[in-house]
Amino acid sequence: MEAIVNQLPIGLSIGAVLLLIALGLTFTFGQMGVINMAHGEFIMAGAYTAYLLQGWAGRQAVLVALPVAFAVAGLMGLILERTAIRHFYGRPLDTLLLTWGVSLVLQQLARDLFGAPNVQVQAPAWLQGGLGILPYNRLFIFALAVGSVVAIWGYMNRTSHGRRMQAVMQNRQLAAVMGINTGRVDQRTFFIGSGLAGIAGVALTLIGPVGPALGTYYIVDAFLVVVAGGLGQLRGAVIAAVALGLLNSYAEFWTNASLAKVIVFVAIIAFLQVRPQGMFVLRSRALT
Amino acid sequence: MRNSAWRIGAVVAVLATGLAACGGQSSTTGGGTAAAGGDASSIKVGILHSLSGTMAISEVTVRDSELLAIEEINAAGGVLGKKLVPVVEDGASDWPTFAEKATKLIAQDKVATVFGGWTSASRKAMLPVFEKRKALLWYPVQYEGLESSPYIFYTGATTNQQIVPGLDYLKEKGKKRIFLVGSDYVFPRTANKIIKAYAAANGMQVLGEEYTPLGHTEYSTLVNKVVQAKPDAVFNTLNGDSNVAFFKQLKSAGVTAEQMPVMSVSVAEEEVKGIGVDNIAGHLVAWNYYQTTDNPANKKFVEAFKAKYGPDRVTSDPMEAGYNAVYLWAEAVKKAGSTEVEAVKKAAGGITLDRPEGSVTIDGENQHIYKTARIGVIETDGQIKEVWNSGKPIKPDPYLKTYPWAGGLA
Amino acid sequence: MTATVRDAAPVAPPAPGRSWRDRLRGPSVFVLIAVLALVVAPLLLEPFRLGLLAKYLCFGIVALGIGLAWGQGGMLTLGQGVFFGLGGYAMGMYLKLHDAGGDLPDFMVWSGVERLPALWIPFENPVFAIAFAVVGPVLLAVLLGSLVFRQRVRGAYFAILTQALAAAMVILLVGQQGLTGGTNGLTNFFDLFGQDLAADGTQRGLYVVVAAVLGVLYLVAWQLVRSRFGRLLVAIRDGEDRVRFLGYNPATIKTITFAVSAGMAGLAGALFVPVVGIISPALLGVVPSLELVVAVAVGGRFSLAGAVLGAVVMGYAKTSFSEEFADGWLYLQGALFILVMTLAPKGIFGLAATLRDLLPGRRARA
Repeated sequence: MEAIVNQLPIGLSIGAVLLLIALGLTFTFGQMGVINMAHGEFIMAGAYTAYLLQGWAGRQAVLVALPVAFAVAGLMGLILERTAIRHFYGRPLDTLLLTWGVSLVLQQLARDLFGAPNVQVQAPAWLQGGLGILPYNRLFIFALAVGSVVAIWGYMNRTSHGRRMQAVMQNRQLAAVMGINTGRVDQRTFFIGSGLAGIAGVALTLIGPVGPALGTYYIVDAFLVVVAGGLGQLRGAVIAAVALGLLNSYAEFWTNASLAKVIVFVAIIAFLQVRPQGMFVLRSRALT
Repeated sequence: MRNSAWRIGAVVAVLATGLAACGGQSSTTGGGTAAAGGDASSIKVGILHSLSGTMAISEVTVRDSELLAIEEINAAGGVLGKKLVPVVEDGASDWPTFAEKATKLIAQDKVATVFGGWTSASRKAMLPVFEKRKALLWYPVQYEGLESSPYIFYTGATTNQQIVPGLDYLKEKGKKRIFLVGSDYVFPRTANKIIKAYAAANGMQVLGEEYTPLGHTEYSTLVNKVVQAKPDAVFNTLNGDSNVAFFKQLKSAGVTAEQMPVMSVSVAEEEVKGIGVDNIAGHLVAWNYYQTTDNPANKKFVEAFKAKYGPDRVTSDPMEAGYNAVYLWAEAVKKAGSTEVEAVKKAAGGITLDRPEGSVTIDGENQHIYKTARIGVIETDGQIKEVWNSGKPIKPDPYLKTYPWAGGLA
Repeated sequence: MTATVRDAAPVAPPAPGRSWRDRLRGPSVFVLIAVLALVVAPLLLEPFRLGLLAKYLCFGIVALGIGLAWGQGGMLTLGQGVFFGLGGYAMGMYLKLHDAGGDLPDFMVWSGVERLPALWIPFENPVFAIAFAVVGPVLLAVLLGSLVFRQRVRGAYFAILTQALAAAMVILLVGQQGLTGGTNGLTNFFDLFGQDLAADGTQRGLYVVVAAVLGVLYLVAWQLVRSRFGRLLVAIRDGEDRVRFLGYNPATIKTITFAVSAGMAGLAGALFVPVVGIISPALLGVVPSLELVVAVAVGGRFSLAGAVLGAVVMGYAKTSFSEEFADGWLYLQGALFILVMTLAPKGIFGLAATLRDLLPGRRARA
């Protein structure tokens, strides 16, 4: 019984990880229709940022790395957007292939820069230990996820930049007609979306391996959260991440890890039968 | 416009044929059409490991130690008065590629032998190639046993030289209730089958058996299951990156090596670095060799390796097994007086050498190696300290025929 | 959400005023290729290289299906590996049972399976196995397609769904070791219809079969594309809703196309197994599926020949580059990709067509 109760916080913390890795994608995918396969490598960039900062910040590197990784991954995203992706708007499937190429190059680059073996990022001392079954580092990730969601919500609803972003998301042409510089908004969105991947990368150093293949372990899951939640939908992403986290946690508890993954995939395919556009749909009269 | 479809189709075929033809020709000229094993002054040997993809992390290190051995042998005058020339190919962590590259090494480069492979899957993929073409493969990694191909020499441990001693050690320490954790593939599943048979015959209890997909990184549920079962020890057959996630999450769940030691069979010096000593210090591993193994041959090996590849590099069991493989093959060739496969096979049986792991002998019957089993504990400096060894090399028994409890396994 | 690239090579009906020379050019080129592939290549290439070419041609068959589904129909399928795998496993199971000759296949013995699983029993029959290699993928595609397309799941959603399907399939196959051979997959085959698989003659024969199958399927696909069905398919790619408003049901057309491409992938898988000698989950995961899509993009997705060209060229490039410099291959593959997608979204084929149009004297005719 205790074990079953324990799975609840575990499920929530898996959900928090899923949310962190998928949050950035929700916007780049939702607003711009860009399927960014290199999102996983931006996560990796965040993790390596924490690794590099260790030399300077020691065990507190994880904390120091949060803003730095946001900037690093954000800049990488911005460069990608400016140099390549902006030529691809309206061709989402092509961006998928383009960014997959980018992700291959970034993986190999990481291998050449940092070596093929995993590197180690030490967790700060105050993240050792835990509350019952839930370690402090999981609580930290949970807090980080909540913080990111609140920040994004505030940005979208309380700032003029954020409102412009929503306008572009709802109807790009109309927004452009109203005098919004959609190119500028796109850049900003891509910067923030990629930056969030960097933050996720820092968080993942606490629980997983830090190596060139890091991004590949999370990318498919991240996309599934976005698809299940609905494009550009903050609450959709939150609910989908938590639901998938819980489903994963209990499915794995009652069966095993392999089967749990299959169950999650099948559940998503089944769910999309009921709601083909994900949990929440942006109502629009635009013809697709 | 419509015509272009046809025209391009033509271009495709011409290009394909042309390219393939060129490829064939250029490689043959490069590879030389000399008789088996190279020309008058050199012998070609193949080295086939994953240099790209997920397995590259591990396999590159074995390639390095094999190249070191070739260099050393050449410096000492080569074999039969000829220099060894390595032909290195990339298996790309992809099993069919291993089969393809093995074919290329044998059919086109006409190498005298091949050193290669890491995963069981890559070995199983290469096995038919070597058997059909009657060529030799030296496979340098511990594996799940239950195999004995006449064209493969196994220089890593089979189950009775690693897993069984690991279990003996746990039993001796009174760790009778164990939990099995492994990656979902052939080695862990077979190993766990053996462990369960052993446990049943030795009064040990297996509390649970869990597998996770390769590359899995979310271990909180599994750790919860392990913690709830309260075993005395965990037997870990996870592979690769999963180990990092598992040990980090086990540590943060408050499990210490004192209360619940984890015995790992796929974690060596190289992996400890990536996992973080913090997270794994105090846990146990079972191998046949550690960088700290104390004997003159190992001192020389470690020094030569660091001199060639840099002082930060560590040596590990599979690296040492690959290093040995080259020396054992060279010895067999000297004894046979030829690189001809059947002669080398015949000469190989009974060869004994002093290697970094101690004395090793080739068992002519199953082409495995007599090896000393060693249990180690991971120290805070990232090195592994030996806490137990089998005293003498153990006779390899891939089918566990000499163990009555293993009767129903193969 | 539909992928549209301006000037996507339209499939025009034959112009009425074309001369007989123009009309014959296409078929004669095709015959020329067929002779090259079926007669010249086997004579010219050593057995090892011929085997590799056969492997590329197997991928070419999958690519043909992708070209149909994606290039013509706009359905970016990232899960072709699943169908390829189904076909491959069907063939592998037959070969395994045939070699075992009434006993259990080797991997079942070491996986502790005691009786032949019921799932395996029908595969003792080669006709069933080969039929299943095609029909199995087709049925799966029809099931998936009719569910997904009816719900108007398309574009990126469809791509991600098929990708998830590939990921799930791999996990499932790896997890059922006693049934599927786990990560190792099925390997170590000896005999195909009484022929020794290791013999050069058998491999040459297999190559001819693969090349012939590719040729026949190419003709079938080509006929499909230039038919009324094919034009509807392109119309759906470029404006699905508009086609629906015209009274057609895009879901049916897309499902059929998807099923055809799945069947091709399945057949390719079945041919691949005796040629290469192994089928394993590594061949049907996300990455190999994506690599094939990329190959199609590189070759030129809007023409079937371009798709096949892409698969063959990329297969060849992978082999030769990995023989030369293993570490750089990923850079090269990635860079090739980025360049093709940004500079030549229509691939080598599109580039060739553009260059040809630039030649003096050609523009007037085009």
